[in-house]
Amino acid sequence: MKKRRFALGLPFVLAAALILALGVSNGSARTQKHSAAIKAAWIYVGPHNDGGWSQSHDKGRLYVQSKLGSDVQTTFKENVPEGPQVAQVIEGLIRDGNKIIFATSFGFQGAMVAAAKKHPDVKFEMATGTAQSKNMAEYFGAGEDAIYLSGMAAGAATKKGVIGYVVPFAIPEVIRHANAFALGAQAMHPGVKVRLIWTNSWFSPDKETQAAQSLHTAGSDVLGQNVDSPAAGQYAEKKGIPWVGYDSDARKFAPKQWLTAAIYNWGPYYLRKTKAAMGGTWKTNFYYGNLKDKMVGLAPYGPKVTAKTKKAIATKRAALIKGTFYEFAGPLYDQKGKLRVPKGKRMSVKDLYGMTWLVKGVVGSAKG
Amino acid sequence: MNNSLVVVVIASGVLFGTPLLYAALGELLAERSGVLNLGVEGMMLMGAVTGFWTVERVHAARPLVLAAAVGVAALAGAAMAAIHAFLVITLRANQIVSGLALTIFAGAAGLSSYLGNDLHLSGKPARYQFQEIFPKSLRDLPIVGPVIFGQPLLVYASWACVVLVALYLSRTRVGLNVRAVGESPAAADAMGVSVPRYRYAHTLVGGAFAGIGGATFSLSITPQWVDGLTEGAGWIAIALVIFSFWRPTLCLVGAYFFGAFKALPFALQGHGVTVAPELFQTLPYVATIIALVLVSSRAARLRFGAPAALGLPYAREER
Repeated sequence: MKKRRFALGLPFVLAAALILALGVSNGSARTQKHSAAIKAAWIYVGPHNDGGWSQSHDKGRLYVQSKLGSDVQTTFKENVPEGPQVAQVIEGLIRDGNKIIFATSFGFQGAMVAAAKKHPDVKFEMATGTAQSKNMAEYFGAGEDAIYLSGMAAGAATKKGVIGYVVPFAIPEVIRHANAFALGAQAMHPGVKVRLIWTNSWFSPDKETQAAQSLHTAGSDVLGQNVDSPAAGQYAEKKGIPWVGYDSDARKFAPKQWLTAAIYNWGPYYLRKTKAAMGGTWKTNFYYGNLKDKMVGLAPYGPKVTAKTKKAIATKRAALIKGTFYEFAGPLYDQKGKLRVPKGKRMSVKDLYGMTWLVKGVVGSAKG
Repeated sequence: MNNSLVVVVIASGVLFGTPLLYAALGELLAERSGVLNLGVEGMMLMGAVTGFWTVERVHAARPLVLAAAVGVAALAGAAMAAIHAFLVITLRANQIVSGLALTIFAGAAGLSSYLGNDLHLSGKPARYQFQEIFPKSLRDLPIVGPVIFGQPLLVYASWACVVLVALYLSRTRVGLNVRAVGESPAAADAMGVSVPRYRYAHTLVGGAFAGIGGATFSLSITPQWVDGLTEGAGWIAIALVIFSFWRPTLCLVGAYFFGAFKALPFALQGHGVTVAPELFQTLPYVATIIALVLVSSRAARLRFGAPAALGLPYAREER
């Protein structure tokens, strides 16, 4: 009796499992269907609508779709963890016939390199990485320039001279971003301290809220971030302290406390490379966009940014575009006060990609 | 003083422990009636997404909207629990398999995520959220200010739930019957207590609690919706029930302990102490795995005070 009953229940469990399997494929990939078009795919580390990093890439994808219409069929995979699953996701995309794949998180690089070796006929595009090869291009924007400008807004807003900065992983990308933020803040408020808290996650509203709370209670009266969710902003709005976001315009999460954010505009690059892949003119590259070509920029200001601050930022922005100013030009000192970049020397992009030390005025560990 | 490490950790332990507390109380009720439901994470996510949806779509006064959202979250949790109840009580399917299936079905890559996408709930803040209810003068009192008075309403409601559940199980006739059903369903049956009815009721109420626990995230702690918002809280809640030896009051202590543990690495970093964060972030889950391993052996389960019939289907004619 008992056994038969169990056997009766089993199909239901299996049915539930089946529904789940369908749910997964439904939830994690959405495809715009057209026939006889080039297939292009994007891989995101968070949800496609995370209000941050992944959303900025998805905006780029939609831009490609809208510009090329039925000539392209775009797909995305979201919430892909930076682990062994990446390789499977890439293989799956190639099996589905995707000819160009954009991976948008640093942790995807290992799997991308391996896949690029295995599939010479597919074009691989890796954001934020360094491993370039014949069929694998690297691209990123000089986020640090825009982050420097957003740091100026934070520096102008702090009264106590302590700014909290929520950071994900201790990798060179994040370290140079934190440094640029601190340098920008110091330009407006000499001697300002930027305190870091590492969440060890790109996207975690829960951890980011706790990090924001911890920074606030440890004395920060302005918050900034290099992580992807707007959770710290919601905390800042609740507590009435100004907030600088990152990588998307997230004003609506903190309408009163929003200052600005460094944002990325990937659309034009994606369009250019997808078109090249279609026309057979695709070439590998190490593309580093900037304020001038508008791959990076600043989000609109919130109500707390004064006219004086806006003017100061506009001046610096113009100087950055003209090349008369560069935040990573010497003299630069590290946390202990040691001279790292002497006067008259500028850090190259390669130097920035290997940056593992924090500038003077940053409080926290460079090791996460 | 209120910004000192200890106060901050305790205060956030209470806040971040609250969803765990709700979910664990619910799981405790179900388990006391003999039903192990591993679907807590899925039920919490359903509560979180439906609660958030209610706040987005219902236009009324703030307290009404929030009350409705909690109600909807509870219903969603109960509806998910009903699937589990039907499978394991009526069809007597394996409770572990069914519970896991429920979490995957409703969880971070399943129904809750589908609903969130389909109803366009991502990428916006909650229109209303639970906020601190006491005036600033009370909230600024040393120590008790942030710990006791600086919390949203859902925290105080959870305290009432702990008292009610504890009294219900230990002091009422019906509570006694629940325990009988969980310990010895055959004896309860002989007493004239309907085993399936009791198990259905408590599994459903357990799901409702899990739903409210999930809504605590989307309506208060992190007032937004993203896939997998609860980040594994449901699993910790299941372990919590075991750690608390199936006692509601110990659940409260355990929930705050886990909550504080989650907050500790961030608070330490804020005070300039860096301890390998991976370690801290892993420990609650390691503890969860250990607890789940412990409870999976029947002998160990009985020693820790688990309901004797936990996980076992009941059929009247078998003895």
